[in-house]
Amino acid sequence: MKNNDLFKYTLQLADDVMILGHRLSEWTGHGPVLEQDIALSNIALDLIGEARNLYQYAAKQEGNGKTEDDYPYKRDVLQWTNALIVEQKNGDFAQTIVRQFLFDCYHYYHLEALSKSTDEQMAFIGAKSVKEARYHLQYSAEWMVRLGDGTEESHARMQQAIEDKMHYFEELFIPTAAESRLVESGVAVDLAPIRVKAYAKLNEVIKESTLKLPEDIYTQQGGRNGVHTEHFGYILAELQYMQKSYPNMQW
Amino acid sequence: MVIDRNHILEILKGVSDPEIPVLTIEDLGILRDATVDDDGKVIVHITPTYTGCPAMDMIRVNVRAALQEHGIDNVEVIQSLSPIWTTDWISEEGKRKLEEYGIAPPVEQTTDKSFINGDKKVVPCPQCKSTNTEMVSLFGSTACKAFYKCLDCKEPFDYFKCH
Repeated sequence: MKNNDLFKYTLQLADDVMILGHRLSEWTGHGPVLEQDIALSNIALDLIGEARNLYQYAAKQEGNGKTEDDYPYKRDVLQWTNALIVEQKNGDFAQTIVRQFLFDCYHYYHLEALSKSTDEQMAFIGAKSVKEARYHLQYSAEWMVRLGDGTEESHARMQQAIEDKMHYFEELFIPTAAESRLVESGVAVDLAPIRVKAYAKLNEVIKESTLKLPEDIYTQQGGRNGVHTEHFGYILAELQYMQKSYPNMQW
Repeated sequence: MVIDRNHILEILKGVSDPEIPVLTIEDLGILRDATVDDDGKVIVHITPTYTGCPAMDMIRVNVRAALQEHGIDNVEVIQSLSPIWTTDWISEEGKRKLEEYGIAPPVEQTTDKSFINGDKKVVPCPQCKSTNTEMVSLFGSTACKAFYKCLDCKEPFDYFKCH
C-alpha cells in the first residue's frame, strides 16, 4: 500500500529537476561558446539523473508494473507538479543563468537537508545529488557576478532577467499539504530554514554582482497544483512527441 | 558448477570504464561487491559516479559480457546508491593511471578542510607537472571532469573533480 503523500512528494521533486534538465538540454549545440554549451549540458545531465532516481523510486512505490519512463512520458500538463520557475523559457544567456542561480539557491540547501531525511531512499538521493548541486551553484553564482558586474549591456540584461524571474522564486518555498504532513515525520524537508539560507546566498551574490532585487515582488504560483504557465505545453509537446506519436514504443 | 565469489571478482577486475578505458571499474570504485546466492545466481553491485552518468548502462552490459565469456550466464547487476560514491573511492593505482593517461587526478579528499570550504586549489599539469595552471571551465568533457590549461607547456587538460 503506497503512502500517497510520499508518492506525491517524490513526483514533485522529480518534476522540478526533470523539467529544468530538459530546458537546459535545449542549449546543447546552441551554447554561446563551447565551454558553456558543455557546462549547461552537464548540468542538464545531473538534473535528469536525479530525476531518474526519483522517478524510479516513485515507480517502486506505485508498483503495478510502472517504470521510471511512465511519469515523464505519459502524464499530461495537469498531472505535473513542478514549480513554475523551471519551465520558464531559456531566453538569452542572462535569463538562463538567473533562472539557474535562483533554482540552485533553493536546490543545493534543499538537497543538503534531504540527505538527512528519515526516509532512507530520499536520504540516499539527496546525498548523491547534493555533491553535484554544489558545483551547479558555484557555476551559476560565478556567472551572476561576471555578467552582473560586467559590461553595461550584460548588466542591463541581468537586471532585466532578475526582474523577470523573481516572481517565481518564492513558490519554491511554499509547501504543499502533503509535504507539510511529511515534514512532521522527518521525511520531507522543512522549507522555512531552507528559505533563510537561500535568501542569504541570493543577497550575497546579488550584492557582489552589483544587481538589485526588485521591490514589491508579486509571487506567481500554481505549478504544485498542476496549473502551469503557457510555456509548459510546448515542453511536453517536444518531450513526449515520440510516445504520443507511437504509444508504448520502445527505444 | 560451483561459482566462487573470488573468481567472479577476479573476472570483474578486468572490466574497464567505457569513458576512461585505462581504468577498471575496480580502480574507480564503481565495483562494490559480487555475491552468489543459493541458486547460483551471481549478483554484482555497482554504484554510479555521477547520477546522470551515461556510462552506467554500458558498464552493466560489459559486466554481463565479461562473466558470460567465462560461462556465467545467471547474472543480475544491481545499482546501489549507498554508501555514496566519492572520488575518495578511486584507488591510488587508479590515480596514478589517470595521471599517466593525461587526466589530472583529484588533488584533495572530500573530507579535507580545503574541499569543504571550497578553497581555490592548485592542480598540477599531468604533462609537464607545472603548478602554473588555470581553470577554463568547471565542466569538462564529461560530468566528472573540469577543464584546465597549463600556462607553462600550454597544453589543455582534464581534471577529475573532487566530488
